[in-house]
Amino acid sequence: MHPKISIKGLTKTYAGGFQALKDVDLEIHRGEIFGLLGPNGAGKTTLINIVCGIVNASSGTVHVDGHDIVTEFRETRAKIGLVPQELPTETFETVRDTLRFSRGLFGRSPDESHIESVLKSLSLWDKRDTKLMMLSGGMKRRVLIAKALSHEPDVLFLDEPTAGVDVELRQDMWNVVDLLRQKGVTVILTTHYIEEAEQLADRVGVINNGEIILVEEKNKLMRDMGKKQLTLHLYDELIDIPRELSSYALELSDSGRELVYNYDTKGEHTGITDLIQDLRNTGVRFNDLQTAQSSLEEIFVDLVHRDR
Amino acid sequence: MNFHAVKAIYRFEMARMFRTVVQSIVAPVLSTSLYFVIFGSAIGSRITEIDGVSYGSFIVPGLIMLSIMTESISNSSFAIYFPKFTGTIFEVLSAPVSYGEVLLGYVGAAATKSVIIGTIILATASFFVDIEIAHPVVMVTFLILTCVSFCLFGFILGIWADGWEKLTIVPILVIMPLTFLGGTFYSISMLPPTWQTISLFNPVVYLISGFRWSFYENADVAVGLSLGITVAFLVACLLVVRWVFKTGYRLRS
Repeated sequence: MHPKISIKGLTKTYAGGFQALKDVDLEIHRGEIFGLLGPNGAGKTTLINIVCGIVNASSGTVHVDGHDIVTEFRETRAKIGLVPQELPTETFETVRDTLRFSRGLFGRSPDESHIESVLKSLSLWDKRDTKLMMLSGGMKRRVLIAKALSHEPDVLFLDEPTAGVDVELRQDMWNVVDLLRQKGVTVILTTHYIEEAEQLADRVGVINNGEIILVEEKNKLMRDMGKKQLTLHLYDELIDIPRELSSYALELSDSGRELVYNYDTKGEHTGITDLIQDLRNTGVRFNDLQTAQSSLEEIFVDLVHRDR
Repeated sequence: MNFHAVKAIYRFEMARMFRTVVQSIVAPVLSTSLYFVIFGSAIGSRITEIDGVSYGSFIVPGLIMLSIMTESISNSSFAIYFPKFTGTIFEVLSAPVSYGEVLLGYVGAAATKSVIIGTIILATASFFVDIEIAHPVVMVTFLILTCVSFCLFGFILGIWADGWEKLTIVPILVIMPLTFLGGTFYSISMLPPTWQTISLFNPVVYLISGFRWSFYENADVAVGLSLGITVAFLVACLLVVRWVFKTGYRLRS
């Protein structure tokens, strides 16, 4: 089976000489939620804009459902919905009219019931006859998402969709993405909120300086690259780690009130049982303990830092 | 062919015209009426007939041309420049539409507006002077060709412009003088021989001359030549637009 999107050897050099993408290869699977992460200027938006037809590639190919985005642009673009990073909206149009426009533009016949359901899913139904200029930034963001969904796309690009929006919209957007996942829509999400990718994405790609430095299934990535930490809250303050415990990767924190143990999540033997046994043997007592796992954000920062 | 897209763009642009009906229709009608009052009645009453046509009637075709050329450029340049300015152009660029369909939507709507304005001005003029149209089919042909050609020109201008100043500078500094010097208010046979020769380099002369011929069978240049120049201008604009879409000039980076 074809991947939903297949990108091969994609490069983009802008007129000023800036190389935004360097020989990018990437495959997006059918029906997955793909989180594309990268710092500012990494090439995320350029990549999205090339797939959507807004920016011309310098070299390389992109296929959507096996169709070339240049020679078979009608087939590919009809399948794609885009929510851009900025908030470009018309001024005097009403919310409902702008959705009708988008649906028609993408070659779909009028369908008021679909437009109604999209507006309702994004809590925009009450604003359907409001002019766009009267809406707040958050509401405009909802309208852009609604416009992208108006023509029932198979693939949805969400370029920083929740940047600067309130918690309610973020939750609404997550619900919409969840609904799309159930319908089998492929979603490519770029975000600065790594928490968002952690919550939504099936797979994660990290792009930096125009190069894809990693593509991995999210849970595997967090399992493989994540660290786990056990923190023990001590009864009595410790000045030094006892010699008997020197074989463990232990650190003291909170002025000797906490003992922190870093262990490998991949290892079959974490060493926790032995550690607790040895703590008892050396008379180190604790009254509470907790474990924590590295977030995707920490993994992402670590990856990008390593790439520099 | 993506008919739904053409219809969507066309309806969107026509809706803009009806939202700004005063600016789109009333303003050109008012300014044309003022031309008739000043040049047709006040000054025109002191001017003798030109080629057997009263001065008031003589300027009607020229005034219609003046208005539709200005309005065509203004409407279509704004139609494409504004989405570029606000960023909403991304939606058109990412849609499954060919450049021909984009043109049909934007230029079709702008040309429709211009034809409506031309028709309204013609109707307005009939209140001030006697008008006869000797060749209605030729008149409509020139009207539509001119509207479409100048809408295409305006479309190119809107794509080329990267600021509001550029958008207005060409109509004011180029089109307006060419139109005023193109025989709107006079026959070029009234000019000294040297200026007659210079005038023949002005493409607007051919448009106005051909259009006027369809009314009164009076022309500064042969009607076939007028039609040829108009069609050549249309084809040149189409070729430029084709190149713009092919290269993505000022649309796609």
